[in-house]
Amino acid sequence: MESVGNIVMYFIIAIAIIVFSVLTVTSRRILRTATYLLFVLFATAGIYFQLGYEFLGAVQIAVYAGGIMVLFVFAILLTHKPGDKAEPLTSQKKALGLTAAVLGVAACSYALVSFAVNACGSAADSLELDMARLGQMLMGTEKYQYLLPFEAISVLLLACIIGGIVVARKK
Amino acid sequence: MEFSYSILVLALPLLTFLFLGLVGMKLSHKVAGVIGTVAMGVVATISYAIALTYFFGDGQGQIVDGVRQQIVVFDATWLQFTDFLTIKLGVLLDPISAMMLIVITTVSFMVHLYSLGYMHGEKGFQRYYAFLSLFSFSMLGLVVATNIFQMYIFWELVGVSSYLLIGFYYTKPEAVAASKKAFIVTRFADLGFLIGILILSFYSQTFNFLDLTTSPEAVVATAGGATFLGCSVMAWALALIFMGGAGKSAMFPLHIWLPDAMEGPTPVSALIHAATMVVAGVYLVARLFPLYLCEPGVLELITFIGAVTALYAAIVACVQSDIKRVLAFSTISQIAFMITALGVARPEYHEGVGYMASMFHLFTHAMFKALLFLGAGAIIHAVHSNEVKAMGGLRKYMPICNITFLIGCLAIAGIPPFSGFFSKDEIVVAAFANSPVWGAWLLAVAGMTAFYMFRVYYLIFWWNEPDYGHHTPHEAPATMTIPLVVLAAVSCVAGFFPFADYVTYNRVTLEHPSLLHNVMHLNWSAAIPSIIVALLGIALATKLYKKENAVPAKMADSCRNLWTAAYHRFYMDELYQFITHRIIFGLICKPIAWFDRHIIDGTMNAFAHVTHWASAQIKGLQSGLVQNYVWVYFVGALLLAVITWICII
Amino acid sequence: MEPSILCYLIPSLIMFGCGVYGFITRRNMLAILISLELMLNAVDINFVVFNRFLYPGEFEGMFFTLFAIALAAAETALVIAIIINIFRMAKNLDISEISKMKF
Repeated sequence: MESVGNIVMYFIIAIAIIVFSVLTVTSRRILRTATYLLFVLFATAGIYFQLGYEFLGAVQIAVYAGGIMVLFVFAILLTHKPGDKAEPLTSQKKALGLTAAVLGVAACSYALVSFAVNACGSAADSLELDMARLGQMLMGTEKYQYLLPFEAISVLLLACIIGGIVVARKK
Repeated sequence: MEFSYSILVLALPLLTFLFLGLVGMKLSHKVAGVIGTVAMGVVATISYAIALTYFFGDGQGQIVDGVRQQIVVFDATWLQFTDFLTIKLGVLLDPISAMMLIVITTVSFMVHLYSLGYMHGEKGFQRYYAFLSLFSFSMLGLVVATNIFQMYIFWELVGVSSYLLIGFYYTKPEAVAASKKAFIVTRFADLGFLIGILILSFYSQTFNFLDLTTSPEAVVATAGGATFLGCSVMAWALALIFMGGAGKSAMFPLHIWLPDAMEGPTPVSALIHAATMVVAGVYLVARLFPLYLCEPGVLELITFIGAVTALYAAIVACVQSDIKRVLAFSTISQIAFMITALGVARPEYHEGVGYMASMFHLFTHAMFKALLFLGAGAIIHAVHSNEVKAMGGLRKYMPICNITFLIGCLAIAGIPPFSGFFSKDEIVVAAFANSPVWGAWLLAVAGMTAFYMFRVYYLIFWWNEPDYGHHTPHEAPATMTIPLVVLAAVSCVAGFFPFADYVTYNRVTLEHPSLLHNVMHLNWSAAIPSIIVALLGIALATKLYKKENAVPAKMADSCRNLWTAAYHRFYMDELYQFITHRIIFGLICKPIAWFDRHIIDGTMNAFAHVTHWASAQIKGLQSGLVQNYVWVYFVGALLLAVITWICII
Repeated sequence: MEPSILCYLIPSLIMFGCGVYGFITRRNMLAILISLELMLNAVDINFVVFNRFLYPGEFEGMFFTLFAIALAAAETALVIAIIINIFRMAKNLDISEISKMKF
């Protein structure tokens, strides 16, 4: 994790996140919105890689970028004609949204600045997480092991699949 | 256990009631009536067996050291609240309960039989029999009660049965009003009864009759000399218990329900409102008599109320024109005799002859008054009216009815050898023993009894024959005449029964035969005046009413005011009406109702209105636009965070 | 110079703010859902960053993120099913016209 390359990489990712996030919520074409979201997700995966969580980054790309985005795209294509544009925003609505967002960001920034500065710690001396260890943690039942949430999630996903079918099915 | 079969006396009528009440509508009239009658016949047989075994059997336990024992056959715990507060149900056999078993089952069986003819073809015939069974069950449960609370339970049950049967013709407004009146007046009296029970058991720590009566002085002493308004609490308790009895037994001034109760079917009047239920008050006082003896003041109150009621009812009975009303007032008067007899009884006078006389009169009165009512029912059945004006000269058409009714009248008038003579004579003796004033008083009332009974007798069977049209009266069917004949026969011979051998105040039978002899010996010095008075009354009635003439009307005219007042029962009902409607409803209830409606309800309505108004105002916030909700939620959460933060710092 | 914890938290905060803005202003339901994903993603990043910088020896934050991704997948699938159903009935996805559930 040495070197200038790392820092350059960080800046690229950070700028990509900021720019594409803003574009995601301001673009008036829905398909473009989805595309920008895809870029944001990729950038997020970049952060995970940079912090040394390779598995998480892979999951992010596979599930989010690969799975969820495909769902979005299908849904968009099912419900929109190509070239549909959203109507411009009314100023009242824009004001509402901006107030909420700016207030939230301001509050959190203040909190960050006043607390997080003191928090020391560095990404450098982190433990490596190999796949075998990760697999054991996911499948174990002891402390700091996650079999039960894993199974719960699997049941939830099954329920979701069935629910999705039931809800979307033509009567 | 020797008397264990006595539970059947209660179980059979109850089962009959349940059976007829639940599936009666599926049965034909005849089957339902026969089931009810047969069940009652069986109960009567069992009761006779119990009484015979109790009085004449040689089993162990009935007589110990010459004293007839009180036998507790069953005493099962019914409700247990705490270790001390337990309510039991059971069967208690002693001379008076055994005697009451005979009276109730006999009259009830006769009435069941009679009703087969009288109620023939009535709508709700099965219901009628179901209610009769319920009544029989309740009344039997009352007399065999082992404790005062059981008595209270069955006391209310007979009240309910009475209510149901008075209101049997529930499409008639008068019947409905009468049933309500009976229920409310007796309920009001029972409130006193309940309070009395609570006071008594609060101090004595027991409901049990045996505990209460075997050592009455100890029970009275438990109150520890506590007083209330100048009288001891035990006197209050006993007076309040007597109030319950006075309500049920229609003592002045709680008598007003009984004349109206005659709206029910006539056999019901005979059973409930003449022979059995209305004597429950007498029975109650007799049951607790040892306690009353410890409070002579209460006994004097009882005597006074009894004597006043006897005279009042006799005067009113002299001028009524509805034969059932006459009989109702005569019943009130006769029960007042029994109450007075209890009131004047003291152990020092002839071993408490008043107590024995009261029970004896209860027994004979039940028989001859049931006879009179059933006879009246037969007459009403024949002429379809209660008014004496619609009757007259019936002796030609209804010979059996004529003879039996005459026997009933002779019995109640106190002419030997009919049963009423003996029992009434004992009462007069007891009254004279206590005070010559009460003796003379009761003697006078006895004369009036003879007069009004024969007045009504002559008006029905002699006087002048009205125009019956094509509908000539005819003798009643056999189911109705057989009970009349049986009861008339009992009324003829019951007086010779040596009652004092079996029912006496202190239950002494064998130990002091000399005393017994004294009691049994007819007291001719009292008997002769009473016979003379009765004959005078009859003679007067014969003179005035045997043939149609104008003298009675002239007599009524000569003292018009008194006559009108008596005809309107001295305006007692109007007085009650005034007190309840004008004073209680008008002055007390109306302001309370106003307060309830406007202040209490108003407060609650105001809450509702404010809530309604406020929600109408703010419902616009619920726009259905999810994004608005999110905005509010988000900003709200932020504000909360900021506020918390500020507070922490 | 290594990037500090703030360097990661600030982009994630901006991403979250964008999500809030989008959620409140967009009218298309799919766009709202996309904004939701943005917010969720920002939170995921936070978990991982805190894990890495504050508790480097443990992996709880990472597992939270892992499960959160799975949950997001489930949630998205279900919501899209609902949206398609609504589209069938209302013939558009404008959220301001889906306001029957009021009062």
